[in-house]
Parts: sequence; C-alpha cells; structure tokens
Amino acid sequence: MADFIAWVMVLAIAAYACAGGTDYGAGFWDLLAGGAERGKRPRWLIDHAMAPVWEVNNVWLIFILVIMWTGFPTMFQAVFSAMWLPLALAAVGLVLRGAGFALRKPTRRLAQQRVFGAAFAIASLLTPFFLGAVLGGIASGRVKVGTTASADAWANGTSVLVGLLAIAATAFLGAVFLCSDALRFGADDLVAYFRLRALIAFAAVVVLALIGLPVTHDDARYVWDGLTGGLGLLLIILAAVCGLATVLLLWRRSYGWSRHTSVASVALVVGAWGCAQRPYLLPTSLTVAEAAGAGHTLRWLVIVTAIAILLVGPALVLLYRLDTMGELEELTDADTRAAGTPGDHL
Amino acid sequence: MLSTAAQLANSTPPQLLPARQLMAFTLASHILLVPFGVALPFITLLMHHRALRRNDPVALTLARRWSAVMAVQFAVGVVTGTVLSFEFGLLWPGMMGRWGDVFGLGFGIEAWAFFLEAVLIAIYLYGWRRLKPWTHFWLAVPLPLAALMGAFGIIAANSWMNTPQGFRPDAQGNPVDVDVRQAIFTPMFGPEYWHFVVAMLLTAGYVVAGVYAVGWLRGRRDRYHRLGFTVPFTVAAILTPVQFMLGDSAARAVFHKQPIKFAAMEIVWKTDTHVPEYMFGRLHPDGTISGGVKIPQLDSILAGLSPDTKVTGLSSVAASDRPTATQATIAHWAFDIMVTIGSVLILLALWYGWCWLRRRDLPRSRWFFRCAAIAGVACLVTVECGWITTEVGRQPWIVYHHMRVSEAVTGTRAASLWAMLGIVMAVYVAVFGSFLAVVLKMRTRWRIADEGSAAARADLPPETDTPYGPRSEPEPSTTGAEPGGSDRTAGGAS
Repeated sequence: MADFIAWVMVLAIAAYACAGGTDYGAGFWDLLAGGAERGKRPRWLIDHAMAPVWEVNNVWLIFILVIMWTGFPTMFQAVFSAMWLPLALAAVGLVLRGAGFALRKPTRRLAQQRVFGAAFAIASLLTPFFLGAVLGGIASGRVKVGTTASADAWANGTSVLVGLLAIAATAFLGAVFLCSDALRFGADDLVAYFRLRALIAFAAVVVLALIGLPVTHDDARYVWDGLTGGLGLLLIILAAVCGLATVLLLWRRSYGWSRHTSVASVALVVGAWGCAQRPYLLPTSLTVAEAAGAGHTLRWLVIVTAIAILLVGPALVLLYRLDTMGELEELTDADTRAAGTPGDHL
Repeated sequence: MLSTAAQLANSTPPQLLPARQLMAFTLASHILLVPFGVALPFITLLMHHRALRRNDPVALTLARRWSAVMAVQFAVGVVTGTVLSFEFGLLWPGMMGRWGDVFGLGFGIEAWAFFLEAVLIAIYLYGWRRLKPWTHFWLAVPLPLAALMGAFGIIAANSWMNTPQGFRPDAQGNPVDVDVRQAIFTPMFGPEYWHFVVAMLLTAGYVVAGVYAVGWLRGRRDRYHRLGFTVPFTVAAILTPVQFMLGDSAARAVFHKQPIKFAAMEIVWKTDTHVPEYMFGRLHPDGTISGGVKIPQLDSILAGLSPDTKVTGLSSVAASDRPTATQATIAHWAFDIMVTIGSVLILLALWYGWCWLRRRDLPRSRWFFRCAAIAGVACLVTVECGWITTEVGRQPWIVYHHMRVSEAVTGTRAASLWAMLGIVMAVYVAVFGSFLAVVLKMRTRWRIADEGSAAARADLPPETDTPYGPRSEPEPSTTGAEPGGSDRTAGGAS
C-alpha cells in the first residue's frame, strides 16, 4: 500500500513537472522577451495561452504536499526541516508569480504591468530552481530524519545542477507548448520564434545532463547508480528518445505531436528518478516502508484518490479539450461594459 | 510524555513567537478571501440564472462583472492558500510529522475538491464568450458544491485539532490504531462546519450588497444597483437568523467538548453554578475581572438553559494547560465582537424582511443603506473574530490535550523566522493592496461606462433598456410589486 502511494506521489510530481513546468517555462520566456515593445507579442501569446489553465496546474503542488504529510509524515517533517530556506523562498516565489500574473491582466497602465510582469517572470525562474534544488538535495542523500536546516543541504553541486535542469526543462516544455499555441492563435511569426527557443532549451537540457554525470557520480551515488542501470536506465533512454523525437518533430515543423513527446520525456525522467530512489524516500536513510503512515490512513488515501480521479479526471479532460479547441476566451471590456479611464496605457 | 510536555511548556522556544505571528498573519490574510472563494460563485450563479431565464441584460452584466472580480480574487486565493500548505511544514513540522497520517486526509479531500473548483472556475470564467449560454451555466453549477466539499476537508482538519480522536497514543505519545472515519467526523466537526459555511455565504452576500448600497447612497438608484443589492442581500438576510442559531449550537458544543476553551471565551475563572456573563471586560492573571458589563446568571443560562448549570472555570486545570489571562481576554473579546455584530445584523435582516412583507420593496431609509454598506465590512470582522476565538481559545494546544504549540514548532532559528515574517508581510501588503486597487479600478471603469451609456440613452424611454419594471422610484402599489416579488424569488428559491 505504501509503495502504491509512493508511486501516486511520483505521478503527481510528474504531473506538476509537466503542467506547472509548462507554465514556469512560459514565464521564463516572458522574462527573456525583451522590452515592452519588442516583447509585446510573445507576452500577449503567453498571457492567452496560460490564463485558463495556470491555476489548475498549480494545484498539483498542493496535492503533492498533502500526499507527503498524509502518507509519509516523517519524510515530510524531515524535508521541511532540512530544506527550510529553499522551500520558504519557493513559497514566496509562488505568491509573487501567481499574483503578478493575475494582476497584470486587468491593469491598463504600462508602468504597473511592468512591475507585475517582472514579479511573474523572475519568480518563474526562482521557484522551479529552488524546488529543483530541494529534489537535488534529497537525491544526494543530504536529508535525513533529524537534519536541521543548513545551507549544505541545498547549496551544493548536485542541488544547483538539478535546479538549473529544472529551469531548462520548464523552458523546453514552455517553448514547445507555445509553438502550438502560436499556431492555434494564428500568430505564425511566433511559431518560428518559439521553435528556435525550444531547440535551444533542449540543447541546454542535454548539456546540463552531461555535466551532471561527473558532478553527481560521487555526490549522489545511490540515485546515480539507479539512473545508469536497470529500469531507471530504461526510462531515461525512453525519455531521451521522446526528447529527440520532439526535436525531430519541431525540426520538421509538425507541431501536433511535439507536445505529447515533450511531456512524455519530462514525465519519464521523473519516473526514472522514482525508480532510481527505490526503495528509499530519502536515500539512503529512510525507506518507503519506514516512512509510511498508518495503514488505515493509506487505504483511505487510495479510496479518496480513486474517487477524486473519477470526479476531477473528466473535468480536467474537458478543460484541456476546451482550451486546445480555442473555446476558452477571456471576457473583454465590451462584455463587462468597461470604459477606459484617463491614464490608461501610460 | 507528560513530564516532557510540562518541560516544553516551561521553556518556550524563541522561534515560537515569530512562527505564530507568521502563521497568524498569513491565515488572517487568506481567510478574508475565503468567503468569496466559497460563496461568490453561488451568488454569481443565482444572478446568472436570473439573467438567462428572464433574458435580463442587467442581470447578465452583473453576473459577468462579478465573475471578472472572481477571476482576480480566486487567483490571489490560490497562491495564499498554497503558502499555507507550505507553512504547515515550514512552521509546524512537529505536528505534521506526528499527526499527519491521522488528520491529513481532510486536507487530501480539500486538495481534490479545490482541484475540481479550479478546473470548473476556469471553464466558467473563460466560457462566457464561446460556450452556449445554458451549457456554460450548467458547467458551473457543481462549483458551489466543490466549494462546500473543500470547506468540508479544511474544517475536518481544524475540528480534529480541537477535538482530536480516531487514534490511541502509545507510550511515547505517538498515535497508533488510527481510524480515519473517527478522525474526520469529530465532535466539533458538525457545529464548526455549518457555522463556517453559513458565515462564508453571509459574508460574501453582505460584502457584495454593500458595494451597491454605497452606490445607492450616492444617488445611483437604477435597476442595476437595485438588482445588484437585492440578490446578495436577500441571500445574506435569510441566512443571518440561521447563523445565529448555528453559532449558538457551536458555542454550546464548545461548552460540552472543550470546557476550558469555553471558559476562556467567557472568561470564567472558577468552576461554579449561577455564573454571570461578562460583556467584554478584562481577565487578570489572579482571576479578577476589570471593566465590562456583568449580567448575573446569564452565562449559566446560555450554556445550559438553566442558572443551575455548572460552568467549568479556567482555574480547574494547571496554568500550563490553559490559555493565559491575556489569551483568554483576546478570545473573549473576539467572541463578544462576533456575537454583537451577529446580533446587530439580525436587526438589519428583520428591518429588510419587514419592508418586504409590508411593501414588497426595499426600505426607504438612508440609514438602512448606511447599515447595509457597513454590514459587509462588519462580516469580515466577524470572520476574523470567529477564527481568533477558535484558535486562541485552544491555546496552548495545537492538538487539544495531545500536543502543545511549542512542541510542534520548527527548529529554525528565530532570526530567520522574523526575517521571513518581514518579507511575507511586505509581499502580502503589496499583493493585497494591488488586488484592492485593481478591483476598485474595475469598478470605476464600469461606473464610467454605465454613466456614459446612461447619458446616451437619456432621451429614450427607460423600458427600452430594462424590460422589467420601472427605473425610477417605484410606486408602492402595482409597479413596485413586480420587481420586488421577482427579486425575492431569485434570492430565496433558485
């Protein structure tokens, strides 16, 4: 039962990495879009593509935390004690990012849009970095039950590298999705714009992964072994194949499938990491079985999850379908009958 | 376990104060948004339904504008809510580590319900333009139900902290033999849940109505303001007396299940019968009370419907097991403010009901609208007070009788926590300030647009614009009856 819940948690992390990651990536490209005039069109696309789904994508994170404390309370306590600072910074980043994005849309003054936009874009960079650094710290075995908060837990080679990898992966996902979004919204110039960026981001992921091999060899030995052998290696190879397929599809300008392959590559990497860590939640000090909460609770967690999938699944499919079919559109000033006020667009 | 607990109580760790302040600040901020997350969709859907069924353009504009506000409010609520789930780990790892698997499932239900809510709200907010009108409406109907489900999860967790059960503590105080069903349906769950849900509906109703009451006072007495006021105000007015009963039963449940908390709420020092009720007043560490209004016998009567009812006093347990005199005074004031505002709101609801019954019309007095305008703010104050009562009244326990707040707190240094508090306060002030500024700006835009179009239509007869009822001051007889009666139906029946 505990193993099953652990896999549910890995799946939720994969879902967050893909869904939330795409949004973080959009924020990354928002940051690099240039000044108000030059970046106007990419930002317009990012706004339109993200708006209906970003809140939903964000909720995966809450779900991960809930599974952690309900299913594996000891591990939750250990992680949040040892990784205090990066998690606190990630939380602040989440506020700035969400509020910045939500408040940028209804404001009309350029100066205000700049401030909210900057908060959104910078936080889109910092939050995945810190979350990645936490994962890196865990994978390298720096978190044990009773570890107190210290910089060593997350300011080390492995953590920094995983943090950077997280940023690169989100940038890759974001660019791939924005390619199709640009097609969907009929912005043909932006297709090429984000196609180039998707390819660059993929190159960055590959380079960082190659640098990671020697850096993590001794530092995160258990997970390193898991990723370079057995089932972990198989999943990594599959992820690489999916990544290369994405590049090929982008290269040949067939964007329809590139979303699926890019999501598959990121999800498979998360799955590979889950495999590599088995049977540990915190390598090499706390196993899944040791960390598991009460059996009765785990059974109920499975039941609640199953019911929730039945309820939420169809709704989620409907949302994504309506979104990709272009049925979801923001209310305009004409719909709510709003007037301009003096000072707009200043 | 008891000896370690007593030791910990005596040695308050330095990080306890900033951790508490941080949690209190973030929760106090988040809870102001909760009424709108839970109840604004419901009120908007009422208006939306009216717009579709009667093909009413004014109602449709109102529903659309409310949903535009909902969009921004929900986004800010999502992020402040996410911060809270981080803070459980960042500030209270001791509680989550030991009790996470006992009471965490409530949060699991809440997370999924919230997920559903986020999906549905996205479809609703972005579906206005392309989806078929009725399809759009029906896709949003599960939204209030998802909100109720989310509240179920959160209140299950909170009521468990107040009356924990569903486990057996072993020799070290760790829970074994966990029974989830018992842990979710604790004795305080029912009273707390209904009190909370109705409070959310009530608050959202009064706040939204208050916005249009202000417009009404400023002389904007068109159908738009009339409708915008009547629908949410009717919802809130119907629920106000209901809430009074629910609040009373919640207080009685506290009396039975958490007698020390009840003693703090009512600043009762010595266990006794014929206990007097103090309105406000201040409790001192020696048990004396200064200030306030003393009403003989009343507390016993309120608690058990008889002056012979025995009320447990604070002094019946050791000082380390009960709220301090200051904490008791805070809980008492919060409780009294909540009850006072609630009672005044009943008078307001009765005033409104009386006018409807007699004339099928809104009260004409400006004082009624002044009070209605304040009612929204007052409700937000009661929400804060209710939360303070339940949280401060439980001190020093984070899990009642099983874990102290000081045992749950993080080991992170106090300086880091103070720094974090400073950062979070600055960020939240900026975020909430911007949120308010954006909403006010939207309101200004809408008002300018309405005034502009009103001027453009000035030479047309009012019926061209609004198919139902007159725009100006209605006659008390037949003309006033139609919009009056229909408003009532929309608020009460659908």
